[in-house]
Amino acid sequence: MNSNRDRMKRGARFKKNFELLTLSIPGILYIFIFSYVPMYGIIIAFKNYRYDLGMFRSEWIGLKNFEFLFASPVAWRITRNTVLYSCSYFVITTVTALLFAVLLAQVGRRWIKTYQTILFLPYFVSWVVVGFIALAFLDPAAGYMNSVLHMFGMKPVKWYFEAGAWPYILNFANEWKNVGFSTLLFFAGIMGINQDYYEAAYMDGATRWQVAVRVTIPMLMPLISILTILSIGAMFRGDFGLHFFVPNNSSLVLSSTDIIDTYVYRSLKQMSNLGMTTAVGFYQSFVGLLLVFGANYTIKKINEENSLF
Amino acid sequence: MVKNQRLFAGTVHLFFVVVCLLMIIPFLLIISISLSNEGSLIQHGYKLIPEQLDLSAYRFIFKVPQIILRAYGVTAIVTAAGTVTSLLLSSLTAYVISRRDYAYRSITTFYIFFTMLFSGGLVPYYILMTQTLGLKNTIGALILPGLLNVWNIMLLKAFLGKIPVEIIESAKMDGAREWGIFFRIVIPLSLPALATIGLIISFAYWNEWFNALLFIDNQNMVPLQLLLIRMLNSMEVLKLNLFQLGIPNLDLNSLPTMSARMSMVIIAAGPMLFIFPFFQRYFVQGLTVGSLKG
Repeated sequence: MNSNRDRMKRGARFKKNFELLTLSIPGILYIFIFSYVPMYGIIIAFKNYRYDLGMFRSEWIGLKNFEFLFASPVAWRITRNTVLYSCSYFVITTVTALLFAVLLAQVGRRWIKTYQTILFLPYFVSWVVVGFIALAFLDPAAGYMNSVLHMFGMKPVKWYFEAGAWPYILNFANEWKNVGFSTLLFFAGIMGINQDYYEAAYMDGATRWQVAVRVTIPMLMPLISILTILSIGAMFRGDFGLHFFVPNNSSLVLSSTDIIDTYVYRSLKQMSNLGMTTAVGFYQSFVGLLLVFGANYTIKKINEENSLF
Repeated sequence: MVKNQRLFAGTVHLFFVVVCLLMIIPFLLIISISLSNEGSLIQHGYKLIPEQLDLSAYRFIFKVPQIILRAYGVTAIVTAAGTVTSLLLSSLTAYVISRRDYAYRSITTFYIFFTMLFSGGLVPYYILMTQTLGLKNTIGALILPGLLNVWNIMLLKAFLGKIPVEIIESAKMDGAREWGIFFRIVIPLSLPALATIGLIISFAYWNEWFNALLFIDNQNMVPLQLLLIRMLNSMEVLKLNLFQLGIPNLDLNSLPTMSARMSMVIIAAGPMLFIFPFFQRYFVQGLTVGSLKG
């Protein structure tokens, strides 16, 4: 009796919402095909994938692909690089962008626009173009960096062979392209702060530094923590474009430039072991998922309001 | 006190001038190389200011404009078709989950949002695109993958959620159907938001290279960014392209490879670099809404 009424209620609700449901069908179908169907493809990670047999008829081999992956030195290398680069990109960009945004709020309106536009300019070029810019600076024969070194009486450096230099180069490239975006984000946040706080602080004789540290930064905390959760969640996802085009796919510096994303792409292109390549992708996605929930949980414990969901 | 303030303002300006120079110098270098004489490049290396002004790299490329025009054409078609379709699909999806009275709102939102947290990875995606959907070397491989972006849906949802419920309620009273409400009320009311998202989408399509890199081998379907990628690895690609076009009186050995490469970058990426900053306001608008809790 009760379940019957439930069913009727559910039926009525379906009828009432049916029209809106039809509006969402194209999107739902699209997401199903392009996001959920590939999730099913993860089964390849547990198979010995063979081209002639295809995804379904290839033989199940359990966790062999994962065992093979974690036994190789490559797993450690790409994990370490991916995580370290993600962290340094986030910390460096956030700190400089906060500094830029706080300083930007101090200059006159006319200048803000000019500085903003110029800071934002590199955001509009693709990593491919940044690859050309890197080449212009680092070219072994004619690169600008080497002429500068020459000017100071130093020896030219073969940048595309020098693994030790790449953490700096990549951080610099990332900063150059992305700092404008983050600056604008924080600047918009600062503009949203109630002016009364500032007036009260200055009335009490606070210095600019004190205002920045005691008013601006605390007021930006919700924004900063959301960005932190997102970046922790994305810690296992590297920037393929940056790590592929800026080192110009040079195989000699892979020890310090190779990340999970570039590794997966290279293995896919070589078609060497698709099962293991899928396993790497699954490992990346799965750890990423755990990281998002972990970060969100931690932030929630500290401050309920700053969590994402 | 006043003197102190001036000193502070001056220091801040000086700081930003230096930062801005660092932002611009890479662009200057590319422009300078593209305008340099090949001989002086080989002799003196790349310089911020050309030693000898020389337009031969541009002249060389414009002698056979077909290569670059074709790439522009592919990119333009992909951007136009992609943006229109994507905008329609995204706003439909975002509108449904922005309606507070929709019974399946939270489950649909989760269904969409989850794809941001977890994905199948590159290999299953590659197999889907090439084997299941058979999109290798088709224009669809460039358009379809970017049609729905979860970020854009969240942005649009924030915008569309602001439409007063009363308007939709009264339209329903008058007997309007949901599809009618969407096209006759919601779309016209949210044109500014759609323009913003449309710009973000078109920007993404214009600069897209990942799918092109994965799925396009066919010479005739190479978009701008892929053309650049191919030249980043070797100048031979340009030579091969010129050769295939078969201009008889073109001496390929005189091709100024160093400057030609950089002038290709200017021709391919330059125009948009002038256009996009004019719409900066919209990008900023997009990202401020995006930073709100959805």
